[in-house]
Amino acid sequence: MQPAIRIADVRKSFGALHALNGVSFDIQQGEFFGLLGPNGAGKSTLINIIAGLIQPSSGSISVMGHDVISHWRAARQSLGVVPQELVFDPFFNVRDMLRLQAGYFGCGKESWPWIDEMLDALELSSKRSTSMRALSGGMKRRVLIAQALVHKPKVVILDEPTAGVDVELRRTLWGFMRRLHAQGTTVVLTTHYLEEAQEMCSRIAILDQGEVKALEPTRTLLQRHPFRFLTLSFSGAPLPEGLRPFVHAEADGSIELKLDRRTQPVAAVLEQLRVEGCVVNDIHTREPDLEDIFVELTKK
Amino acid sequence: MSVFGNPYGFRTLFFKECRRFTAVLGQTVGAPVITALLYLLVFAQAMSGRTPVYEGVSYSAFLVPGLIMMTVIQNAFANTSSSLIQSKVMGNLVFVRLAPIGAVEWFVAYVGAALVRCLLVAGAMLAVTAPFLQLPFARPLELFVIFALGATALAAGGVIVGLISQKFDHIAAFTNFFITPLSFLSGVFYSVSALPPFWATASHFNPFFYMIDGFRYGMFGQADAPILMSLAWCAAFAAVMSGIALKMLADGYSLRK
Ligand SMILES: Nc1ncnc2c1ncn2[C@@H]1O[C@H](COP(=O)(O)OP(=O)(O)O)[C@@H](O)[C@H]1O
Ligand SMILES: [Mg+2]
Repeated sequence: MQPAIRIADVRKSFGALHALNGVSFDIQQGEFFGLLGPNGAGKSTLINIIAGLIQPSSGSISVMGHDVISHWRAARQSLGVVPQELVFDPFFNVRDMLRLQAGYFGCGKESWPWIDEMLDALELSSKRSTSMRALSGGMKRRVLIAQALVHKPKVVILDEPTAGVDVELRRTLWGFMRRLHAQGTTVVLTTHYLEEAQEMCSRIAILDQGEVKALEPTRTLLQRHPFRFLTLSFSGAPLPEGLRPFVHAEADGSIELKLDRRTQPVAAVLEQLRVEGCVVNDIHTREPDLEDIFVELTKK
Repeated sequence: MSVFGNPYGFRTLFFKECRRFTAVLGQTVGAPVITALLYLLVFAQAMSGRTPVYEGVSYSAFLVPGLIMMTVIQNAFANTSSSLIQSKVMGNLVFVRLAPIGAVEWFVAYVGAALVRCLLVAGAMLAVTAPFLQLPFARPLELFVIFALGATALAAGGVIVGLISQKFDHIAAFTNFFITPLSFLSGVFYSVSALPPFWATASHFNPFFYMIDGFRYGMFGQADAPILMSLAWCAAFAAVMSGIALKMLADGYSLRK
């Protein structure tokens, strides 16, 4: 099976700035893929090149086997993109906007039931005749998502769809994306909410300064670092000198230690504390999450 | 790959561009018609005593085709340039750019919609002046060809300027410093042969002059320049403008860098 997206040694410079420095990877059909990275990493630039909105300085990209430059029509027909910016056309109402967008992709009246279905799923039905300019930011975001899907693309890329969105709407969007994925769509998500990526994405690429820093199934990525976090609150004596180097965070009288799972069993640490005269009041352990790994991989 | 590979997408874009001006007909057709009528009233009154420029053509009648073509020039340019700059400023040009719509489809949709607006404007002006003036429509074919070439040239020019411009001010500056003066100074209100020799000669290098003069020929069967000359100028101007606009769209000028 050909990949949904194939990215081959893509480079992009804006003047002296190298936004992408030779990025290569494939996204397989049916994946729920996370594209992560700090601000300015080059995520949106990569997405814009996939969408044919900007040209790469070198390298090539295909979507469902169609080169985005030489076979741009077929590539665009296979792809839906939700842009990062909250853009809209103030001239139209919600439903007309969606019907127009379907028309651009060659879809006529036969796409109208699907449009209504999406309006329902995104809880926009009551706004179908409302002018785009009268919608709140969250509603505009939902219309953008529906717009990306009017032509039922095989591959969907969402560039920070949940940025600045309230909790309730975020849940609606998660439900919607899951449903889309369950129906066989390949989904590519960029987000700054790492719990979101951890929960939704089966595979993750971490991009930093235009380079891929990690590309792994989410589970592998999480196991990549043999760390474990131990949070303690105790009294009686100060933290033993030997444990000082492992302090990861300190707050409200509790201390978080970052321990190596292989060489520092929790039992040994507790024994050490007991020996030094500390009385442990409370204890809590935590496995590393995506955020810890992200920080590890992208620190300067 | 076919340049017209997405006919339904093209049609949608064309109708969308038409809806942009049909939704505000008062502004896009009504206002220019009223402005032109005011010119007609004022100038026809002020010049009423003068000898006719052409045999058997009253000054008011002489004025009408020039005013129509001037209005067509201004509206063709305004339609494409304002649509593009609005979409650029709002950022919603991306919706079309994400779709499988190519440069030729894009160009024809935008220019086609501008032509429809110009047909409405010209038709409305003819309709309102019809009760007062007998216009002969001596050469309807030439009349229509000059109209279509002139409107295409200016609509394509609007695409070029819309692509180059970054904000509304840039379009306004171009309109105020090029389109309006050149369309005024091209024999709308007078025959250029009545001008001092220098200005008469200069007029013959202004493409707008040939649009207005050619259109007037279509109406009366007589004009300052030979009709073939007017047709050649208009065709060349339309071809150059369309060529540049298409090239810019195909290269993704300033849009795909
Ligand atoms: N059109 C542009 N012109 C110049 N620099 C740009 C342009 N677009 C993006 N950049 C720069 O490229 C880098 C990557 O940006 P971007 O892809 O938007 O990052 P991300 O989406 O990961 O936050 C940033 O340093 C940004 O400033
Ligand atoms: Mg971004």
